[in-house]
Amino acid sequence: MADSVASTKASLAPAQVALVGNPNIGKTTLFNLLTGLRQRVGNYPGVTVSRKVGVLPLPNGQAELIDLPGTYSLAATSLDERIVVDVLSGQVPGLRKPDLVVCMIDATNVVRNLFLASQIAELGIPMIGLLNQWDTAQKQGLQIDTGLLEQRLGVPVLPCVATKKSSASAVTEALSKALESPTRLKPIDWPEAVTEATITLRASMPKGMSDSLSDAEVHRLLFDANSALAERLDWEDVARRSAVKNARDRVQSGGFNPMAAEPLLQYEHLNKLTEGVVNRAGELPLQHSESIDRLLVHRGWGLAIFAAIMYVVFLSVYTWAGPLMDLIEWGKGSLQSWISPMLSSTPMLQSLVVDAAIEGVGAFLVFLPQILVLFFFIALLEDTGYMARAAFLMDKMFSWCGLNGKSFVPLLSSYACAVPGIMATRTIEDPKARLATILIAPLMSCSARLPVYVLLIGAFIEPQHGPFVASLTLFAMHFLGLAIALPLVWLFNKFLLKTRPQPFVLEMPRYHVPKFADIAWRMWESGVEFVKRAGTVIFAITIIVWALLYFPRPSAVEEATTQQFIATQGLTLEQAQADEAQAAALSQAIDSAYLEQSWMGSMGRTVQPIFESAGFDWRITVGVLASFPAREVIISTLGVIYSLGGDVDEESHSLQDALKGSTWHEGPRIGQAVFTIPVVMGIMVFFALCSQCGATLAIIKKEAGTRWAVFSFVYMTALAWLGAVLCFQIGNLLG
Amino acid sequence: MDATLSTLPIGQAARVKAYDQCTATDQRLMVMGLIPGVQVRKVRVAPLGDPIAIEFDGRCVSLRRTEANGVRLESA
Repeated sequence: MADSVASTKASLAPAQVALVGNPNIGKTTLFNLLTGLRQRVGNYPGVTVSRKVGVLPLPNGQAELIDLPGTYSLAATSLDERIVVDVLSGQVPGLRKPDLVVCMIDATNVVRNLFLASQIAELGIPMIGLLNQWDTAQKQGLQIDTGLLEQRLGVPVLPCVATKKSSASAVTEALSKALESPTRLKPIDWPEAVTEATITLRASMPKGMSDSLSDAEVHRLLFDANSALAERLDWEDVARRSAVKNARDRVQSGGFNPMAAEPLLQYEHLNKLTEGVVNRAGELPLQHSESIDRLLVHRGWGLAIFAAIMYVVFLSVYTWAGPLMDLIEWGKGSLQSWISPMLSSTPMLQSLVVDAAIEGVGAFLVFLPQILVLFFFIALLEDTGYMARAAFLMDKMFSWCGLNGKSFVPLLSSYACAVPGIMATRTIEDPKARLATILIAPLMSCSARLPVYVLLIGAFIEPQHGPFVASLTLFAMHFLGLAIALPLVWLFNKFLLKTRPQPFVLEMPRYHVPKFADIAWRMWESGVEFVKRAGTVIFAITIIVWALLYFPRPSAVEEATTQQFIATQGLTLEQAQADEAQAAALSQAIDSAYLEQSWMGSMGRTVQPIFESAGFDWRITVGVLASFPAREVIISTLGVIYSLGGDVDEESHSLQDALKGSTWHEGPRIGQAVFTIPVVMGIMVFFALCSQCGATLAIIKKEAGTRWAVFSFVYMTALAWLGAVLCFQIGNLLG
Repeated sequence: MDATLSTLPIGQAARVKAYDQCTATDQRLMVMGLIPGVQVRKVRVAPLGDPIAIEFDGRCVSLRRTEANGVRLESA
């Protein structure tokens, strides 16, 4: 009964069509071509693997097109790779098994690309084949007999050029036909040893498991050295291993090496199946890509060209985004000054709207320009085929600590801002290397740290030690994070990240001219995802911190401060209010007093003992605490604390002078200057290493999950504290 | 000849003889088509000495030396 209801429901829902194929064969281009604006990106339930679905209009009704990650085989060593098997076998909770698989096949390499199709055939899903890059194949002098191929495979096969708009109608028509009269690819006839091994393995499974698995899934357990599928099954490890070993012994006894049997048998089968299908006219000419590679990955110039390209990317993220970020800041400022007077009768509402809500929206919008610029370049580098070469050039630098060559671009981008940098880790296929890169990306010295360095170096280092030491300090601060990050990632990989090591086997795709639409899509996707998923968290953090800084706000504070102010200045209240400068000074003194009395202020006083060993007084401590949502806030917070107002900037002399004149009001160092060189160095090291960015934590939560966001926060903050304490203590020892 | 993909000189071609073990990486290479009997050419070595790039069946693939060590070759 329940079954029939479910099936009625299923028949009303749009047909599910999955798009699969090897990496770099233009799957995304075809997906964009077919679905256009009707696509959305989300995550698979429960995991942070992104899921792209689009609506595909068909002559009769519509279908949902699912873009699966590019893969060479169903063998999965990681969760990300496992998604393909899980989706195709209908094992993702809440998702139906697809009604049709569109298998994209590189027309220049038909046999190798059919490997995946032949594995999928065992799942029993109807299939059609698209011979993509048909134009390139023809240029290479390949003649492919599609009629013969269709006849041999038993499923429709059609030529396709995903980069040409005109391909869309033929593909849509074929899809629609295939949904109406589905045909299945005939799977390989396994030799008896494999069939029996499969039966043996099924027989030893826990009750009920065998019925829920297709042969394709059982073969993953049988053949794969390192199957991630095992994690999905509720099969105790020791029992599973021994059952798999038994089954492999059966394969072995048939005369096959069980670990190599699948590719050997599949290729034997496919070579027979495609005999006479592909004919080459003449010798293969020297590939276009090879001649470009001779220049771009040359032993000498390769690195120079790479450095030049990365310089352009970095500079662009840094500078192109600048005017747009200024525009957002300006828009935020104008909106604030426009709305502020309207709410002046209700000060709390005024502060909530102006200082919290508008500030909070601005706080995440301001990241958008950098994200868009970075993703423009990432799409360009990936779609042209250069990204794989960059990884090839850089791999050695990162492989020793467990990262790989693909970590370079995200880490470099993090020097501008960790938010786009962490989003860029999506280009790293290996989930372990990707997580490790996410964890260390925030240690790269981002542009928001610069104001702190400029303020402190300008106030304390440069006047005493000259410009050379000042610039050396600035460089050291930028280098510190990276120098700590790589050994740290080695430790993480050794002790913390327990996932399996991933093969770093990377295909160098052919170079080709990217499509503007694909690049635009990539930028749009990253922007929307950031605003939707990280925006809310950043907004919430801004509101919370605003509340901590605003409340409890007893009016007695204002009265007491005013009394004290007019008493010390020897004025009446009317005189103070009449004089513009005096009035401003009074309101700054009131703001400062409110800050000291706020929850954040009392937190600062409470936790100050923790920072005592780093030489921080309560003012620095409040500044540090208030900077946890966004480190650049430190400057304006210090401005308010020192009664200079929040509008100071890092080059403001009044703030520099206030810091220089700041002394201990209590405790053992009473009367002494707070900002000594060891303290100053300690603060800079603290800011270099600390996790003071709500946006970064929000993006880590989104990309890797809450657990890892908490972990980053804890380890970075602990590291920062340790760094500051070491600076202060060692600095004092050295005198 | 006891050459491996790692020791093969740049620009030279050979035939895959066997894999020492069949690790996940080796399996990935086999799935991509680098099965025993296939002709493979070493295209280049990265400027820092690792990884290496190989070509077979019109595919250009990069892999690390530690992985290339396990692919034994015989003369083409």
